Formats: sequence, C-alpha cells, structure tokens
Amino acid sequence: MKENVVIIGGGIAGMEAARQLLLLGYHPIVVEQKDRLGGHVGQWHRLFPDMASAQDLIRGLGEEISDANIFLETKVNSINRLRDGYQVMLSNGVNVACRSLLVASGFQLFDAARKEEYGYGVYDHVITNSDLEAWFNGKPDVRIPEVPENVGFVHCVGSRDLKAGNLECSKVCCMTAVKQAIEIKEKFPSARVWCFYMDLRLFGKKYEDFYLGAQQEYGIQFVRGRVSEVGETADGRLQVKAEDTLTGKPLRVRLDLLVLMAGMACNPEMTRLARMARLDIDSDGFLKSLDNIRSINASNRPGIFFAGACTGPKTVPETLAEARAAALDIHRYLQKGL
Amino acid sequence: MTDFGFKLSKSSAVELDKVDTTLFERLCEASPDARICMNCGSCGATCTAGPYSGMSLRKVLLGLQRGQDVRPLLSGCMLCGKCTMVCPRGINTRNLILNLCRIYD
Amino acid sequence: MIYEGKQKIWKDYQKEIPDDHWYYVRSCIRQNFFPASERKFTDITRNDLGKDVYETPYHTTCGGIAYHCDAIPQETAMTIVARQFALMTESGYENYVPSCVTSFGNYVEILETWREFPELETRIREQLWKACRREFNKPKYLAHTSDLIYHWRNEIAEKARYRLIDKETGEPVRMAEHIGCHYAKMFPSKGIGGAEYPYVLAGMIESWGGQVVDYPERRHCCGYGFRQYHMKANRGYCVSNTHKKFESMEPYGIQAILTNCPGCCYFMDRWQYVISEQTGKTYGKDGFGIPVFTYEELAGLVLGYDPWDLGLQLHQVAVEPFLDRIGVEYDPKAKYLGLNKEDLLKPELPTNLKCF
Repeated sequence: MKENVVIIGGGIAGMEAARQLLLLGYHPIVVEQKDRLGGHVGQWHRLFPDMASAQDLIRGLGEEISDANIFLETKVNSINRLRDGYQVMLSNGVNVACRSLLVASGFQLFDAARKEEYGYGVYDHVITNSDLEAWFNGKPDVRIPEVPENVGFVHCVGSRDLKAGNLECSKVCCMTAVKQAIEIKEKFPSARVWCFYMDLRLFGKKYEDFYLGAQQEYGIQFVRGRVSEVGETADGRLQVKAEDTLTGKPLRVRLDLLVLMAGMACNPEMTRLARMARLDIDSDGFLKSLDNIRSINASNRPGIFFAGACTGPKTVPETLAEARAAALDIHRYLQKGL
Repeated sequence: MTDFGFKLSKSSAVELDKVDTTLFERLCEASPDARICMNCGSCGATCTAGPYSGMSLRKVLLGLQRGQDVRPLLSGCMLCGKCTMVCPRGINTRNLILNLCRIYD
Repeated sequence: MIYEGKQKIWKDYQKEIPDDHWYYVRSCIRQNFFPASERKFTDITRNDLGKDVYETPYHTTCGGIAYHCDAIPQETAMTIVARQFALMTESGYENYVPSCVTSFGNYVEILETWREFPELETRIREQLWKACRREFNKPKYLAHTSDLIYHWRNEIAEKARYRLIDKETGEPVRMAEHIGCHYAKMFPSKGIGGAEYPYVLAGMIESWGGQVVDYPERRHCCGYGFRQYHMKANRGYCVSNTHKKFESMEPYGIQAILTNCPGCCYFMDRWQYVISEQTGKTYGKDGFGIPVFTYEELAGLVLGYDPWDLGLQLHQVAVEPFLDRIGVEYDPKAKYLGLNKEDLLKPELPTNLKCF
C-alpha cells in the first residue's frame, strides 16, 4: 500500500509536487477549494519568457497526476497531531492519516479596489492584470474598448505598499506588465502604451529582452512615477495623474484603458491553515520557512513542508522548482523520518 | 483688466497624451536607438559639457518626449563621444545628436 | 462610472452619529464669509428638526487657522482645543460638532495625536489648568456639521418645500460636490464615504432630488491653502487651483456646487470673479458663474427659507438663475435690503461675470 501525502492546494505547486510524489511512489491527496485545478496560472493566458500557453501547462500537469487522489471544492477542516504524523479532516467528510503534508496554498491576488484612488470597480475602463489575461483567454470584457488609443499600466498595485499592508515586491508584475503591454500593442498596433513604474524589476531569464523589445519594436513608453489618482472624463475616458520623476514634472494623461498590476497578497486560507497546524508566520505575513536560504521548503513543524507562493511571491518556474524540491524533502523525511 | 497684484500661474504639468512628439518621432526614424534609452544617466555623468552647460543626452531624449525645447541643452555638446563609450545600450549617441541637430535645422 | 462601486466604498466608511444633544462650535471665518449659514444651522436643527443643539458664547477659534498659517505651534492649538472641550464638559454635553472643516480636522488630528501620545494629553491638561483652571472630558462623539445635515438629510427631504429638480424640464439639477481637504484626507476613516469618494455631500444632493456629477478634478483642493493665500505673492497659485477645477468641470454643465468647508465655498465663489477678470471666462450659462453653496444654505433653500435670509446676496456669483431653476420664490428687489429693510446699497458689478 502506497503512503499518503496530503497536498493542500491544487495550483501549479500542488500539481507539480503531486506529479513528483507519484513518480517517487507515494499516494498524493490533493485538496483544492475551487472546482478546478490550476490555481491562478489556470486563469492565465501566456507565460513569459517563452509565451507558453498557461492552459497547456495546466493540462499537461493534470494529465500526469491523474493517478493522484484529487478532492475539488474541498477544504481542510482540521489538522491534528498524531504520534508520528497528522490526522487531516476534510470538509467532504474524508479523514486522512499521513506522516507528511505539503502546504501549497498559494497567494491571493491583491484586491485592487482597496487602492481606492485607482477606481477599480468605480470607473468604466479600469481592469487588473488578471482581468486582462481572462480577456486574452476569450472572456468578454465590456471595460476594454474596441480600439483603445491610449493604454496605461500601473506597476506595484498593492505591492511595495506599506500602507496597504504589503511591503514586499510581488516580483512578477513588472515583467507581466511588459508582457501584457506588448500583447496589447500586438492586438492594437495603433495604441499608445505607457507603463508607470517606481523601479523596473526585470530580474529573470530573458526579462530584459522583453524590456528592450518593448521599447525598440513596440514603442512602449516607460514613465518612472507611481500613478496617484484616476478620474473619469466627460466622454467616459480616464484621466490619470503621476509624476514624471525623471523630469520632476507632474503628468496628466487621458487613457481609454488602465491596467492595474495587482500584486500577490497573503491568502487568508493560508493564515487559517497556519493557525490549525501551528505554523509560524513570517514578518511579511506569509508562511515562515525554517530558513530562507537552505530550507525554504521546511516548516517549524515536523513533516509539514511548503511549496510555492504560500511563503512569498514566486514566479512560475520558481514555484515548480520549489514543488520538486519539496517532494524530494518529503521523500527523504518519510525514508529517514527526519 | 483688474489688477489684483497676482495672476493665474502657468501649470508645469505635462499633458502626456497631448504633447507634440513629432520631433522625437522624426529622430527615431533617423536614429531608432532613441527609443531604447533606459534613463540610467551614464551619458550625463560622463558628459564633458554637462557640469558647465546642463547637457545630458538622457535629458535631451526625455525632454523631447515631454515636448520640451531641448536646443539649449544640445548646444552645449562638444561631440567628444564619451557618452557613446559609456552607454550600456550601445546607443550611437554622436550620430543621434547630429541627426537631432539636423532635424532642428 | 459604476455607481454600485461607489456605494460599496460608501458602505465601508460610515460612522456612528448620535441623533440628538450636540454641543455646537462656530467657525472663526464663516461668520464673515457666509454670515447666515451658522445661524441657519441652529434654526434648521432646532426649529425644523427639533434637535437639542447647544452653544455657549464663551467659545473661541479652535486655533486651526493659525496652526495652518504657521502662526502658532500645534501645542498651542491643543490647549485652545482643550479649553473648548472644557466648555463642552461644563455644559453637560459629550457630542461635539464644529461648523468648520479645518476645525473638524484639527480636532480629529489632536484626538488621534493624544491617543498615540497620552503623555502629550497629560501635559495639555496641566497647561490648561495652569492657564485657566479648567478640566475637560474628551468628546464621546465628534462630527462635522455637514455630517449632521447628512444624518438628518431624509428628515429634511420630508419637510422640503422645494426639490433640486429643474422646474422647466423636470430633470434633476446637475450638481458637483466639493469636500474640504481637512474633512477626511488626513483621516479617511473619519469621513462619511471616506476620502476618495466622500458621500457626505453627495448624500444630501441625492436625498433632495439632485444629481451628483463627478468630474476628473473633483478631489483637487480648492487652492485656498491657508498660509499660501495669506501671502499675496502666493495667491496666483491658489487661484490657479480653482481655475484647474473649473476647467475640469466645464464640459459637464454643472448648475451648482455644494461645499462643506468655509474656505472652499468662499474661494470657489469669489475666484470665479477673479478668473473672469483675468481670462474673460465664466463657467455658468449666459455669462453667469456656477453658484457655490454651503450645505446649510442648500438645506435652507429646500426647506423654503427666504434666500436673502440665508445670506445668498453675499455670494459673488449670482444665485438667481439657480433659484429660478428650482422654482424658489423670492423678491429680487429685496436682495440688498438688510435688517428693517435698510438699504445695504448695491455692490459694483464685475466686468465679465454677470451678476445682479
């Protein structure tokens, strides 16, 4: 009989970890709150840097974990310590005893409506990065004009924002903004596109190529200054204010579409799990790894491991690598009882 | 007109969508490199004329995109080529400056 | 504009406002700007609504204007405020309502500062005792007078003689609202509707039949800026801010502006004259300006008070087109008659701004 490993969260971290654990000969039980696997990535359209299809990634992972036990629309009700493991009670009535479990509960997209000055949910043409991906995926969106002339992207919405309770950089938004700005230019070649940023944090493989391409081939303009306020004009467009910090002058611009790069915030489900399993929370509000260099996957509790954005903002490849590392940590733990 | 002893002040705000960027667009046709400046400031830091005349190629390129008359900056340039050496994006700055002078002429 | 989106935000910023028994303090400048507004506040709340609104002649400025003009340090303002609270305590009240937005902001800022630094409150208590042998309780509830009119807006609507409806077309009057900076920008949670989309004035306009019109520079400061305005050399940029607001308002056909701050109301009214002299431009129909009202004036108008008793003849911008629009009865000849029908004399007329 194969040994159970409970994986909390069926996003890419949970799916990749389940895949690895199956290959290592375990019986992963994936518990997912939503009615589908794939998490945030499952809602995305294309992934940088290769513009791979997010749907293909999720489909591929899904096919490879068909032997895992997957509970959709299921929550963890309680986690109780046993002598050599945990008793996990699920909302569907199933009880699982396991020696090890993986927390892969991910992040919550920052609620852009909380930055009231940007008018998400108030003005007709303000959307988020996530809304734009859904539209790329074919979901109709009345907020996106048929042919927008002027489009703006606001970096750091709810990230690097002490007042919003989210001091950390969400890592992926700068690159996502550059990617989405290019995709908008591809759809609407006549559009003028401005990205409003505080710093451009383009740290990953090929990210700078995107930045250079955005300037060189697409004429996308990068304005260093955070948007301070959005209003609606008489003809239903947006009036956006920022400071051009490089010339020291205030700017105003009329836009037909404004895309807010909502960051990664703590998932309340993660906080609930932490309380249940007595897991430490770090100063940024995310789960606290045993240490942030060698043991990112390890928690303060024996047998409980982490993967992905439950410990902080991560890119897709980082999350997948962590999921594989966590699977290996679990394997070693179960072999040796570390 | 009644004299109140004060007048409406001129706003320094730049209306980004209404700024006339024809000159910048013409420059980009002649020197496509103009688009890829990332405002690092290396050119201004090393500029021979900069400390004495205010010249900085970064300011010239940004100013053009904000509708400013950049001739006063440009006129300080000594065409020494130091900015070409330091630009991390490899912009052919001397060529760009000469093209811009031609456009202004 | 997605109205439901605003409603969602409004729901997040509500504050508890007791229905009765308020200790009322006046503004130091409103008496001169719009002399009837404060008097009419007491008339409306006491006579029309039957509320207990108490004031004592011993109260003074809150010190906010001097604090904002760099004339006194905050600690001095705190001691003045402590005395004001002492008067409230001695009068047996615990709900405190100032009529000035900057006062309201001053009180909120001081109470919040004392909450963060209790040792400072102790020191102020000692200073007050040394200065005038008084002691005080902090108010249990603090509201601005516009909060109270907002709170009672539906009662006012029930008793209203006029509605904010264009008598000719049957359409709601198109109104902009302008909130004083010190109302909620410093402490958004203390304002009804918050600081980005305040509801305090919008709620009155809606309740009395008008339509609230949003415009891009709605949140922009009127430009008064206290110590800036008080230096003549800096007034250019004060008026420029008002100009910016009117330019932004222009395409919307706004028929009146409702304000809740002494300075905003004054400057948005008076600067229309200065702008018209300097640029030749006026922002209302047919060469008129856009009338700017205090919430007491607007409440008084819908309740059927005589416009000249409300002090509307002291506005720079002519209010008559607005009165005609909603059908208020008034005697044009009585505009410049004071108490006992004494002739106050007609003011000199501006060059470009049409006035009566």
